[in-house]
Amino acid sequence: MEPVHKYAHPAAKAVAGHARAIRRTSLAMVHAARLGHPGGDLSAADILAALYFHTLRIDPARPGDPARDRFILSKGHASAALYATLALRGFFPMTELSTFMEPLSNLNGHPDRNKVPGVEANTGPLGHGLPIAVGLALGARITSGAWRTFVLTGDGELQEGSNWEALMSARQFRLDTLTLIVDRNRLQQGDTTENTVTLDPLADRFRAFGWSVVEVDGHDVDSLLDTFAALPRDAGRPTVVIAHTIKGRGVSFIENRVEWHHRVPTGDELALALEELGRDA
Amino acid sequence: VIGLHDCRIAFADTLIDLAAADPRIVAVVNDSVGSSNLKVFKQRFPDRLVNVGIAEQNLVGVSAGLAGAGLMPFTCGASCFLTGRALEQIKADLAYSRHNVKLCGMSSGMAYGELGPTHHSIEDLAWTRAIAGLTVIVPADPIETTQAVRAAAATTGPIFLRISRMGVPVVHAAGYQFEIGRAAELRAGGDVTIIAAGVLVSRALDAADRLATEGISAAVLNMATIRPIDRDAVVAAARRGPIVTAEEHTVVGGLGSAVAEVVVESCPVRMKMLGVPGVFAPTGSPEFLLEHFGLTAAGIADAAAALVRG
Repeated sequence: MEPVHKYAHPAAKAVAGHARAIRRTSLAMVHAARLGHPGGDLSAADILAALYFHTLRIDPARPGDPARDRFILSKGHASAALYATLALRGFFPMTELSTFMEPLSNLNGHPDRNKVPGVEANTGPLGHGLPIAVGLALGARITSGAWRTFVLTGDGELQEGSNWEALMSARQFRLDTLTLIVDRNRLQQGDTTENTVTLDPLADRFRAFGWSVVEVDGHDVDSLLDTFAALPRDAGRPTVVIAHTIKGRGVSFIENRVEWHHRVPTGDELALALEELGRDA
Repeated sequence: VIGLHDCRIAFADTLIDLAAADPRIVAVVNDSVGSSNLKVFKQRFPDRLVNVGIAEQNLVGVSAGLAGAGLMPFTCGASCFLTGRALEQIKADLAYSRHNVKLCGMSSGMAYGELGPTHHSIEDLAWTRAIAGLTVIVPADPIETTQAVRAAAATTGPIFLRISRMGVPVVHAAGYQFEIGRAAELRAGGDVTIIAAGVLVSRALDAADRLATEGISAAVLNMATIRPIDRDAVVAAARRGPIVTAEEHTVVGGLGSAVAEVVVESCPVRMKMLGVPGVFAPTGSPEFLLEHFGLTAAGIADAAAALVRG
């Protein structure tokens, strides 16, 4: 029998349960659509759960509230995880998830802010989320808005140069209400990140760009919640949370397998995966 | 109003007037405060001038974010870099996302003549015109520039404004009313229609004068909105006779192509498309290059006369 996990943060057990639901739901969506990116969905699930079920100041009944915290999923191909999160959080009915990538569905393979309540940016091409997040954080200052801005990128995505333009400007503008979370699962579509274009020493690179850097276990909900609660870490500096994750986390035959970037589980594989993920803690 | 005018002056004066009344307006630049003529704007509104440095992808992405914050960015940069370098951001972050950003492509066409084809912006209309939901406007003179900037601010949604730095004469009367999507007939005529935009409008009017001395009655349309194009005006012109288009842009995909798309579907007539004929321009002053490609009153008149005489 699996040992019972002891959570420290009062919200952690519930958040972990939501993360499990995001994993189960998104994997079933990919199976039904016969399309998707399950590896990246699973690696981001704990981060999304911590943000949407505890950290973000959001109201699903008022998705356009000007004062809301902003979250941008820059790795837009993890749309199934985002849609599952938004539906579980109450932004739209769970039943709509069954339309994922169907003809004329609102739930495109990559998210559309004009179609889906709670989506803040039309991502998909990589390296777009962070510049938009810089604008949102700068806009908060110019308009005296109280919101905070969060953006989740993949790690392979950091090979796009636009991110480094945005990193420089965020420090220049001293945007300490901006937090970048990197889903550091070390895999990209074709290989490891380090075999493709090396990102390490990643923390040093961010430090050299003037950001406040913190590294966490991206599947340790307690650490994520504590880290997000302690923002900003340095006045005048944006924060990057390097979340060390496992691509495909939670399903043994998907974990750390490069082909599961966009492989689709068969019915048998889905059943096995759901069994491994379990229902309740 | 005699002499030649740099439309960037009317652009900046208008933006300052608008910003004084509308706190949503911010200017966003890529180290282009000077080349976009925004020094006075920066003095007046230092907290509303955002300089992201030499980084066009970030320039447009940040602008989308500022719009998401409820602001109305006027995002200014040399048109060659603004459109070419940031095209995917223009497509995805602005047009597809429907963000209320006004892209201001400065010093467009061959205004940077001597600097060479890297700095010429003769593809920007083709690129931007291909993007759904993006309005594309090319003012012809300071009067139209002022009105186009005001119209852009009064319209919600992404708009590309192509602003020239090359001196142009005033072609519109003081009471002129610019309207997005509406061509202006600056000269009536029955034998041939010259459809021009931007820098070429004054040259089209001069061409019509030349043609009149040869007994040819040429209409002149200022097609300041390239997208959505004024289909009715194009069809009316085609019903009258042949059409010459003139633009400071490659003939591949610009104004001439936009007109031809309407003509072939609605009322096929013979056309001549004047512009840069699908090549990189040589080195030379803007004036030299326009002359080199026949983008002059004489060149336009010759093309029109040839169509009329068949």
